[in-house]
Amino acid sequence: MITSNPFAELSALIPAAAMQAYVIVMFLLVIGGTVLDMMHKKSAQYFFENAKKAEKSAKHTVSSGEKTSMAIQTVTSEVLTSSEFANPKRRLSHLFMMYGFIIFLVTTAIMIFSGSSSAIISLLWHLGALSVCIGGYWFWFSIRVDVNSEGKNWYELCRADLFIVSLLATVTFALIWSIFGSVLLFALFIASSTVLFGGVYFSKFAHMFFKPAAAYQKRITKADGSRENLPGDYDLTDPAVQAKFPDIPEYMGNNPPNMGLGIKRESPNHY
Amino acid sequence: MPTFVYMTRCDGCGQCVDICPSDIMHIDKTLRRAYNLEPNMCWECYSCVKACPHHAIDVRGYADFAPLGHSVRVVRDEEKGTIAWRIKFRNGKKDMELLAPITTKPWGTGIPQLSDEAAPGSEMRDSELLFNEPKYVRMDDGGLHTLESNGLTLKEGVYY
Repeated sequence: MITSNPFAELSALIPAAAMQAYVIVMFLLVIGGTVLDMMHKKSAQYFFENAKKAEKSAKHTVSSGEKTSMAIQTVTSEVLTSSEFANPKRRLSHLFMMYGFIIFLVTTAIMIFSGSSSAIISLLWHLGALSVCIGGYWFWFSIRVDVNSEGKNWYELCRADLFIVSLLATVTFALIWSIFGSVLLFALFIASSTVLFGGVYFSKFAHMFFKPAAAYQKRITKADGSRENLPGDYDLTDPAVQAKFPDIPEYMGNNPPNMGLGIKRESPNHY
Repeated sequence: MPTFVYMTRCDGCGQCVDICPSDIMHIDKTLRRAYNLEPNMCWECYSCVKACPHHAIDVRGYADFAPLGHSVRVVRDEEKGTIAWRIKFRNGKKDMELLAPITTKPWGTGIPQLSDEAAPGSEMRDSELLFNEPKYVRMDDGGLHTLESNGLTLKEGVYY
């Protein structure tokens, strides 16, 4: 069951061309929504102005070679391994969702455009959807900040939930439809995926574009010394640091020990 | 001088919501990022600024003593046991950095165990004092504590 192409059985009901057209329309909706979102929030303008401001307070210039290396590091660290999350649970849940969703999207496109009946592609489609479900429901019921720190119930919805709800609805209905094959379930799958891709302007879908930009800029400000006006990251054992800040060796010794996790010892849910 | 959040830095982790003593740091209903919902009730305790793992929270100074263009930012690194401040003047030239050991009690050790205390009796309920007040303000062993009663003298300058 999970190794057969669910769209192949559907082609008796809906012509392949219609399915392909739907995928293209969704793709265009994502592009359009992202551009509108960028224009409305002026995020591109913000990043450009912020970069110029950081350049002014830079202590040294960053060469274009270093910039390329930092762009690669941003892709391999922040984008591919979601390293910006300080909370390891959120990072893991995000990785489940991100890779699951990418696999789900790519295999959907392959199955619809090539009509492939490959068992591996179909298996990957199901596993991708399942991976999004694992990461997504974990996030929804337990890690989501509204539940974890705000003390709200999992069923209390707000506009910020548009993305996660439509994403979970899309993959959940896709999975159930693939197993039971009901037309109603297929209609729900299409409705939720239309909301997911059509609602980019209203949801936080566009984060996949501006988050890497923010991560890259963070690396640049660290490299050029402006550090967004944050204090330096000192090595307490460095004699130069100890000479500049004599309180450190006086109260902590020349080789200060690790003081433990501090605030990170407990999850932020003391509501 | 309330706090504000850099939206591109915040990842909505909830540390500031958890720590804010005024309960005014909350999660935005549209973007799921933190924001200060009642800036005029913020008393600039810097708890959220220090708790934020992404340094996404900053404090906006009052224009009379901290004109536009200045910056006061802090990093509290509990693993190293230090607190670092950077104060930048608006002329962009005066740029000071300070680094000092954290001198507060270790995390989780200063919580009064109220559930272990005996329930207040009728005498305590009728009293003008608050629950366990003589004990907690340490007046039960002979009046207020002073420098003199503790054998201390006032010294000039900043000391620990």
